[in-house]
Amino acid sequence: MIRVILPPHLRGLARISGEVELEIAGHVTQRSVLDALEARYPMLSGTIRDHITQQRRPFLRFFACGEDLSHEQPDAPLPDAIASGAEPLLILGAIAGG
Amino acid sequence: MSKVRVLVGTRKGAFVLTSDGKRERWDVSGPHFAGWEIYHMKGSTADPNRLFASQCSGWFGQVIQRSDDGGKTWTQPGTPPGESTTGPGGMPKGESNKFVYDDSKETGKPLTTHQWYDGTQKPWAFKRVWHLEPSLTDPDTVYAGVEDAAIFRSTDGGKSWHELAGLRGHGTGPRWQPGAGGMCLHTIILDPKNPKRIFVAISAAGAFRTDDGGATWRPINKGLYSKYIPEPTAEVGHCVHRIALHPSRPDVLFMQKHWDVMRTDNAGDSWQKISGNLPTDFGFVIDVHAHEPETVYVVPIKSDGEHFPLDGKLRVYRSRSGGNEWEELSKGLPLRDCYVNVLRDAMAVDALDKCGVYFGTTGGQVYVSPDAGDNWAPIVRDLPPVLSVEVQTLA
Repeated sequence: MIRVILPPHLRGLARISGEVELEIAGHVTQRSVLDALEARYPMLSGTIRDHITQQRRPFLRFFACGEDLSHEQPDAPLPDAIASGAEPLLILGAIAGG
Repeated sequence: MSKVRVLVGTRKGAFVLTSDGKRERWDVSGPHFAGWEIYHMKGSTADPNRLFASQCSGWFGQVIQRSDDGGKTWTQPGTPPGESTTGPGGMPKGESNKFVYDDSKETGKPLTTHQWYDGTQKPWAFKRVWHLEPSLTDPDTVYAGVEDAAIFRSTDGGKSWHELAGLRGHGTGPRWQPGAGGMCLHTIILDPKNPKRIFVAISAAGAFRTDDGGATWRPINKGLYSKYIPEPTAEVGHCVHRIALHPSRPDVLFMQKHWDVMRTDNAGDSWQKISGNLPTDFGFVIDVHAHEPETVYVVPIKSDGEHFPLDGKLRVYRSRSGGNEWEELSKGLPLRDCYVNVLRDAMAVDALDKCGVYFGTTGGQVYVSPDAGDNWAPIVRDLPPVLSVEVQTLA
């Protein structure tokens, strides 16, 4: 069970509260987590990563276990604590623009 | 009894204002989509309970919302939660927030470049939807004007979008450049008498027209004079802020350009200046009275460097002669210390017997005049900065 915490705007868009829990078969990576997230909530497609390029949107960051994983490769394994569900993957909006 | 529904897009959400035909007492619903920028909302004339909204954010990009109950509830018209986002062949489905320029060999145009602020060329990149224009006859068809400038069409109620690439790719694109707000296609007018004809306007490129339903386009900027560009009478490059027409006379268009208020009587083939006695002819909005095709409204703004009313007095100007002769309308409007702006999509008229005129400001006020501009009153005073105002007249 993978846990994901979304920023408030995206929780509102997906009409969810609290954490998202996802089952992922195979490797737990940024890509596999986002694929599962978008499959469950299609309205989030394009809001975290670009529809076409699949690049992370510039004002969003991925954090886990106290570390910024935003610049990790999308297919790099996420920490074991994420894969086991002990820690959530945090998707954060940058503080910018007031 | 008739009533009106005013759709207000702001920097931090959408608001729906409703009143009966007297337009004195108002119910305010919102914020919808709190915290998101709502560039534009508009209802379908074919099905007035169907509304479309452009919701966007610098963080999360573009979202399209649709209501089928007059704004009470909203959904994204794309793939429902839990349903596969790929089609039978494994290809990704079109999505309601997926605006991809059409550069396919079959229908599209190569993704070329446009001029950037510094004069260099920059490739087209989608940023947001500025304007949504529902079809006049089909509730499932809606057009979107986007930044970087292009026009898209959905024929499935906003579920998926396809570019009408003939506009972006017709040849003058490398000479288009962004205005201060970005290179946006902000105005779409569907000709009510000729379903094949569409007018659009782009900052800063100018006005364009198709006569074949969107396949081919041509600039319609003859007569515009923009002293701030290298060639003031150029075919394209003009910063057109807004265009409006009266449905009974779609060959007559009125334009608020960056500077200058203009008019054409031949569907844009040539334009004449009608600024006349306006105290300043810079501004953003322009609209036409619902029942008097020669009655036009503008809100003069001091200058391109000072986006607020002259002398701190918020005034609407009305011409009842199709331009040149303008009268000041200020009864009920703030006439001191007012330094708000009225953005290009933030004026609308209703179709009640006594035509109502509405506009919203960057200070968060939405004003109504229930008597064609003679008297004004605020509906709301303290919304976030208003980006757009549309009104529906309901039976």
